[in-house]
Amino acid sequence: MTMRMMRLAIALLSLYGFFAGARSADDLVEGERLYQIHCAGCHGPKGEGGRGTVLVASNLSRASTEGALINVIARGIPGTEMLAARLEPQQVRQVAAWVRKLGQQPSLQIAGDARRGEQLYLGKGDCASCHAIKTQGGISGPDLTEIGLRRGSEYLRKALLDPEADVPENFSQYRWHTVIPDNFLQVRVVTKDGQRITGPRLNEDPFSIQLRDLSGRIHSFSKSELAELRKDWGKSFMPSYRGVFSSEELDDVVAFLLSLRGAK
Amino acid sequence: MKTLVLLLFTTVAFGQVSYERLVRAEAEPGNWLTYSGNYQGHRYSALKQINAANVARLRPAWVYQSRDPGKFSTSPIVVDGVLYITERPNIVTALDGRNGRPLWSYHRALPPDLRACCGAANRGLAILGDTLYLGTLDAHLVALDVRTGKVRWDVAVADYKIGYAITVAPLAVKDKVIIGVAGGEYGIRGLLDAYDAKTGARVWRFWTVPGPGEPGHETWAGESWKTGGAPTWITGSYDPELNLVYWGTGNPGPDYDGDVRLGDNLYASSLVALDADTGKLKWHFQFTPHDVHDWDACHVPALVEGVAGGRQRKLIVEANRNGFYYVLDRETGEFLRGVPYAKQTWAQGLDARGKPIRLPDTAPTPEGRVIYPGLHGGTNWFSPSYSPLTRLFYVAAREEGVTFFKTKQTYRAGEWFSAGGIRGIAGVEPSGSIKALEVETGKQRWEFKLHSPPWAGLLSTAGGLVFGGSSEGLFFALDAGSGKSLWHFPAGGPIYANPISFLVEGKQHVTIAAGNALFAFALE
Repeated sequence: MTMRMMRLAIALLSLYGFFAGARSADDLVEGERLYQIHCAGCHGPKGEGGRGTVLVASNLSRASTEGALINVIARGIPGTEMLAARLEPQQVRQVAAWVRKLGQQPSLQIAGDARRGEQLYLGKGDCASCHAIKTQGGISGPDLTEIGLRRGSEYLRKALLDPEADVPENFSQYRWHTVIPDNFLQVRVVTKDGQRITGPRLNEDPFSIQLRDLSGRIHSFSKSELAELRKDWGKSFMPSYRGVFSSEELDDVVAFLLSLRGAK
Repeated sequence: MKTLVLLLFTTVAFGQVSYERLVRAEAEPGNWLTYSGNYQGHRYSALKQINAANVARLRPAWVYQSRDPGKFSTSPIVVDGVLYITERPNIVTALDGRNGRPLWSYHRALPPDLRACCGAANRGLAILGDTLYLGTLDAHLVALDVRTGKVRWDVAVADYKIGYAITVAPLAVKDKVIIGVAGGEYGIRGLLDAYDAKTGARVWRFWTVPGPGEPGHETWAGESWKTGGAPTWITGSYDPELNLVYWGTGNPGPDYDGDVRLGDNLYASSLVALDADTGKLKWHFQFTPHDVHDWDACHVPALVEGVAGGRQRKLIVEANRNGFYYVLDRETGEFLRGVPYAKQTWAQGLDARGKPIRLPDTAPTPEGRVIYPGLHGGTNWFSPSYSPLTRLFYVAAREEGVTFFKTKQTYRAGEWFSAGGIRGIAGVEPSGSIKALEVETGKQRWEFKLHSPPWAGLLSTAGGLVFGGSSEGLFFALDAGSGKSLWHFPAGGPIYANPISFLVEGKQHVTIAAGNALFAFALE
């Protein structure tokens, strides 16, 4: 190819890019506008994550293809806090285009070292006594197998320092979409014959309550059998790691948690 | 003999349901002829085979599994042993009341780009003569042959592409079918229509947002009336003597940013009384002027006779989404009494004319503001019940505040248009209860606590019972006089529906849709 031909080819490609870009530029503007209304509350204005997953990522594991991303936006992810967006098909495509654009940004810098974080998780933090990763670990706290898909780094760091800052609820809007409640509300019951049991609630209705005690055993009570039923709202069994982990160690643990992205 | 019995059954089952039968619905308690059981909106059954002494022996008689999963909100019509139900998204099925076996089905083909705000729900049918009437998600009104489900006529009420949908059960009055619309989250302009029951020709239309030159238009700043909302998505009541139709209207649009629609925003979040022949407005009462919390007045109002202001009057009562219970004179719309029946943090009370005295700083903000009740209200669309025996008004109440946000949003036709949103309050678990209120005063007589805020309506019966449902899927019976729990059944799926009662082969049944199934209960 001669220099001239190459220049022509580059010019043509640029022209194509200009028109292709012009066509999608409107979609991106509209996509960003809709994103700020419908998505930014959880995923952060810049896709940096928070209560919702980080979107500044080259590959979204639950939305690796265009179809999957559109599906997630349009229908939500059943059983999670990710709700279906109230958008038209065209708008869903525009939001998807913006989310893809966010994914093309340079990855967020994660300060910590995930390998050191894992050591801290298993050792000094003793996190596995309450939390499970895949099949390993305790069950009195939330499962962390996919925590890196669900939360952003700032949210995780805050949760380590102040576990009661945002105790996951099973009774807000997304409850209507969940099959089994999976919050970790601490309840204390005293039966009429004096038995005392404490642990996370599994389910409840006007007539009955089910909970798991701290040894993992499941109990079911008719409310008429109980002398006392107390709920510790906003409380968490998780200790604060303030003063336990140094700032660098916190970065390492967060980096490890962010690396937990499900079965691999 | 067998043929004769079958012949009798079919002859009776497909008999004409005249307007006179609808007016005198209480004379045939074995049937359930309108959405609320009678024109007065009572959802009360005069049947008493099932009563406080024997309800503990109530058992499922049959279960009908719906084909389309999701919120199953049907309130059946029952005529002579046959149930006519709606299933998602727009299926109508006739069921044999003895065993739940389907007799026929009508399936509507729907376009893929529907705008129904809150799921493909449908709440039921109307019947008149030998025709059933169905409102559809693509905003049509369809007349079906009661014997076959075949379409007799099909008319477009409004354009679904700009946000209209129909989920409400129509109301048949005289020779007309009255139908409302949903769409308050899409910036529609609300309306209530009446169609000729025989031909489907439109007889009248009442715009719930007045146009230029009409009284009330001045309550909308600028052009905001064009997207003013005020939908009509829950079946109203009717007084045959006064010939007035009473219908609730929904929130003004957009829901949360009131700055773009300054003024009272008539007739949003109101009750309107219309002449049934002409659709002309006789009176209106606005519960929440300039509503910014999505407090639709989409409730079934109950028509009762009672003493107020020292004399016997024709009353209309309603527990409103804004947290207050109201008693009005239904001839004039005069406000007589209003008291809170659920937790509310937005008003100091009501003034002498029933207008709320708002507390400062209660409107949504960009940062968010916590208010009780939440957007779902002190109660919602699910029906209350009134028992003429106890003279108590029963309401399923929600104790749930939320944080309200507002944003700036530009209207685009057919697009979600709420200009804000809500979030739950961390660490506060919403709950609910069934409350019995003295009908003339609103004074609470008893309360039965629920774990979660309810989405199920109530049925009171002459057997001294109140039936209700919970969001965890429990269907239960309470003592109508004391609120004591007498029986419950775990139906295994959340209840978003209203109960009814009917007779088949001389035996009383009670039905409720729960999860994806319709359950019919009878004494074992």
